[in-house]
Amino acid sequence: MKYLDEYRDPELVRKLVAAIENRATRRWTMMEICGGQTHAFLRDGLDGLIASRVELIHGPGCPVCVTPLERIDRALAIASRPEVIFTTFGDMLRVPGSTLDLARVRARGGDVRFVYSPLDTLEIAAQNPDREVVFFAVGFETTIPATALTVHEAKRRGIANLSVLVSHMIVPPAVDAILGRDDSRIDGLLAAGHVCAIMGHDVYPEIAQRRRVPIVIAGFEPTDLLEGVLMLIDQLETGRHELENQYRRAVRPEGNVAARRMIDEVYEPADQTWRGIGLIPSSGVHLRSAYRAFDAVERFEVGEISACEPATCRAGDVLVGRLRPQECPEFGVGCTPESPLGAPMVSAEGACSAHWRYARRSERVPV
Amino acid sequence: MCLGIPGLVVEIIPDPAFPVGVVQFGGVSRRVSLAFVEGVARGDHVVVHAGVAIARIDPEEAARTLALLEEVDREAWRGTSDLSSDGTVT
Amino acid sequence: MESSCPTPLGASDRVLLAHGEGALWSRRLIREVFVRAFGGSEHDPLLDGAVLPPCDRPIVATTDSYVISPLFFPGGDIGSLAVHGTLNDLAVMGADPIGLTSAWILEEGLPLETLRRVVDSMAAAARAAGVRIVAGDTKVVPRGAADGLFINTTGLGRLRPDARLGPERIAPGDRVVVSGTLGDHGIAVLSARSGITFETEILSDSCNLHPLISDLLDSGLEIRFLRDATRGGLAAVLHEITETGSYSIEIEESRLPVSSQVRGACELLGLDPVHIANEGKFVAVVAEADAEAVVNRLRASAFGRDAAIVGSVIATGPARVSVRGRFHVVRELDEPTGAPMPRIC
Repeated sequence: MKYLDEYRDPELVRKLVAAIENRATRRWTMMEICGGQTHAFLRDGLDGLIASRVELIHGPGCPVCVTPLERIDRALAIASRPEVIFTTFGDMLRVPGSTLDLARVRARGGDVRFVYSPLDTLEIAAQNPDREVVFFAVGFETTIPATALTVHEAKRRGIANLSVLVSHMIVPPAVDAILGRDDSRIDGLLAAGHVCAIMGHDVYPEIAQRRRVPIVIAGFEPTDLLEGVLMLIDQLETGRHELENQYRRAVRPEGNVAARRMIDEVYEPADQTWRGIGLIPSSGVHLRSAYRAFDAVERFEVGEISACEPATCRAGDVLVGRLRPQECPEFGVGCTPESPLGAPMVSAEGACSAHWRYARRSERVPV
Repeated sequence: MCLGIPGLVVEIIPDPAFPVGVVQFGGVSRRVSLAFVEGVARGDHVVVHAGVAIARIDPEEAARTLALLEEVDREAWRGTSDLSSDGTVT
Repeated sequence: MESSCPTPLGASDRVLLAHGEGALWSRRLIREVFVRAFGGSEHDPLLDGAVLPPCDRPIVATTDSYVISPLFFPGGDIGSLAVHGTLNDLAVMGADPIGLTSAWILEEGLPLETLRRVVDSMAAAARAAGVRIVAGDTKVVPRGAADGLFINTTGLGRLRPDARLGPERIAPGDRVVVSGTLGDHGIAVLSARSGITFETEILSDSCNLHPLISDLLDSGLEIRFLRDATRGGLAAVLHEITETGSYSIEIEESRLPVSSQVRGACELLGLDPVHIANEGKFVAVVAEADAEAVVNRLRASAFGRDAAIVGSVIATGPARVSVRGRFHVVRELDEPTGAPMPRIC
C-alpha cells in the first residue's frame, strides 16, 4: 500500500535505530500522547530497539481511556433504553463504567451497534424513523470534524431522530498540564500527527518555549516514529526546545482549515474532566446553541449518575506516565483484558492493554 | 489516537453540499467524505480517519522524507552500534 | 369458507410456532422444505432415525452449531457454512464423510422464503460434496429467542486407514503450514453488517476442504496434525495446538499470506488478520523435510493456492505462541478477549 509500506522498510528502521544509538550521548525520557503511536511502538517492538537511549512514556493519548466515567455511565443508561439504537466506535464496547459496559448492556437487550464512521449513523437514523439513534462522540481533534460534519448534515437533512453524546477532548491543554507537573521527567515530546493534521501546530512553539521541552510532530509508521525520536534527540543534545514537524507529508502549519471551520461551526470550547487526571480547562467541547437540539445529554433524562471508580485502579498514574503498567500491583492480577479495572486495560490503544498484548514475556533488551 | 490510513482517490461523486469519493486501500475501496479536502482529484492520496479524509498527502514532502531517511546519518550507520540479527541493539 | 381460526391452514408465508409442534404443520414443513431439498421423496416415510450401512473403519463423529448473523453474506450463507464447517472438522480428523444430520431452531416469524433459500443452499453444498443429509430435526421458538435461525450439523465419518494424526506426534523442528490467505471470512461477514460497508465485495472463503485434505493425506508426506481455522483466526488455532500438547510455536509475520482486500480492510479498521475468522483454511503441522512438498501439493489446488510455511515448532515445554515481527523483534502472539472490534484509535 502506497505511503504505508515505504515507511515500514526494515532497512530504514535499522538505519534509524543505529543513528539514534549514535546520536544520543545519554538516555533521554520521551512521552508520546497518542494511542496510535503507543500501539505502533509496542507492536513492532520499536521501544525495545531504542531502549538503551530512550525511555518511552505513554501519555493519555487514548481518548477511550480518558473519557470521564460519568459520561460512560450516562452512555450505558441511554443505551439501555428500548427506543434507542446506540451507535459507537468499536473501541468503546468493553470500556468499564461503574458497574457495566456496553457489551453487557447489549447482552441484556440494548440495541448497541458499532460503526466505523459517525456518518454511517445518518443512514441508520433515516432507516429507523421510529427509533432514537444516539452516537457516542468520543475522540480527539482528529475525530471532531467527522462528528461535527455528522451533526451539521443531520440538521441540513432534517434528520431529527439522531443525537450525539459528546465526549471529545482537545490535546494541547493536556500536553501543557502534563509538562507542567512538578514530577514531570519528560525531556521531549512526540506530538500526535493526525491531531496536528487537523489543528496545525501554531499552539506548540509557545508550549515548547515555556516548558523548555522540544516537541516533534510525528506520524504513525515505524520510520515516522523513529525519525521523530531522532529529531528530539538532536534537539536535546544541542539544548534546543523548539517545535519541529516530522510528518510534513500530511501536516501543514495551519492544519486543515475546512475541518477547523466545521468544528468551530458546530462546537465551542468547554472545560473537560479527563478520567484519571481531573479537570483541564478548555480541553473539551460543547455543541453550540444552534445545534443543541442534537445533544443527547439534553434529550435523555437518565437520573442520578454516581460514577464510582474501583479504588485499586491506578489508571490516572499510568495515563500521565507516573506509573508504568507493569509496575501497577493489579496488572495481570486483579486487572486483565478479560476483567479490566480501568479503561487503559481495555482499549487497544491503552498503555496497559498494549503492554499486556505486546510487551509481556517477549525477548527484548531489558529496560 | 488516531487510526488514519492513506488511500488512493479513485472516484469523485460530486455534490456541492456533501462531497464524497471512493478511496482505495490496498484491495478494498470505500466511500469517504471529501468535505475537508477541497480540490482533491482522482489519483491523489488522502489520509482517512473514521470515514473522513482529513488531509491530502503531499507527494513532494513524502518523497523528501524518504530521501532524507535514505541519507540518515551515514556516519552513524557505519559507526559503533551493532544490530544483532534479531534486531536488538547491543 | 372464511375461517376465524388464527392459523388458517397453508396460508402462512412465515414460520409459526405451529410448525414446531410435531403435528400436521410440522410434517408439512419437513416434507415440503427439507425432504424435498435434501433429495428424498415427499412420500418417503419419516422415521425416527437413519440406518447407515456397516463400516469396517473406526467412526468419527463431530458436531457444530451455526448461529451466524447475517444469514447471508458475500461468498456464502448459514446453510452452506453448516455443511462446510462440519465436513472440514471430519477432514482434519483424517476422516471421509459418511453423512450429515441437520437440526434447525427457527425463530417464529422467519419468512419461509428465507428458510427455503438457506435449506436449498445447504442441499446444494451437500450435493457438491457428495454427502447426504440423513437425519434432521426442526423446532420453532418464540419471536426473539433466536436470531432468525440456528443450525446444528453432526457429521459422521470413516477414519482413513493411513490417518496417523495427533498432537502427540508433533516434535520440535516441525513446520507450521497454512493452506491459504487469512481472515477472508471474518472480513466478509463484518462488511455485510451495517456500518462497515465497502465498495469492493470481499468474499468468505467458506468451502469444503475434504478433497484438498484427502489429496494431501494421499501424498504420503509426513503430516503430524491438522486443524481447521475458524473463529479466533490463526491465533486461536495455534494457541489450541500448543495447549493440546505442550509446545512452543513461533511464526513469522512476514510469511503470513493475506489477500490485498483483507489487508486493506484490516489496515483501515485497525484489525490484525491473525485474529480474524476463516472458514476454508486449515493449519498443518508437518515434518520439516516435507514442508516444501506439502506447500507445493496444496498450491496445485484452487483452495490451496496461497498455502505457505508460516513458522515452526521450536520446543516442547510450556505452551507458548510467539511471532517474529517485521523488524525481527519476537513478541508473544496475543489473543483478544471477544471478537476483534474495528477501532478508530
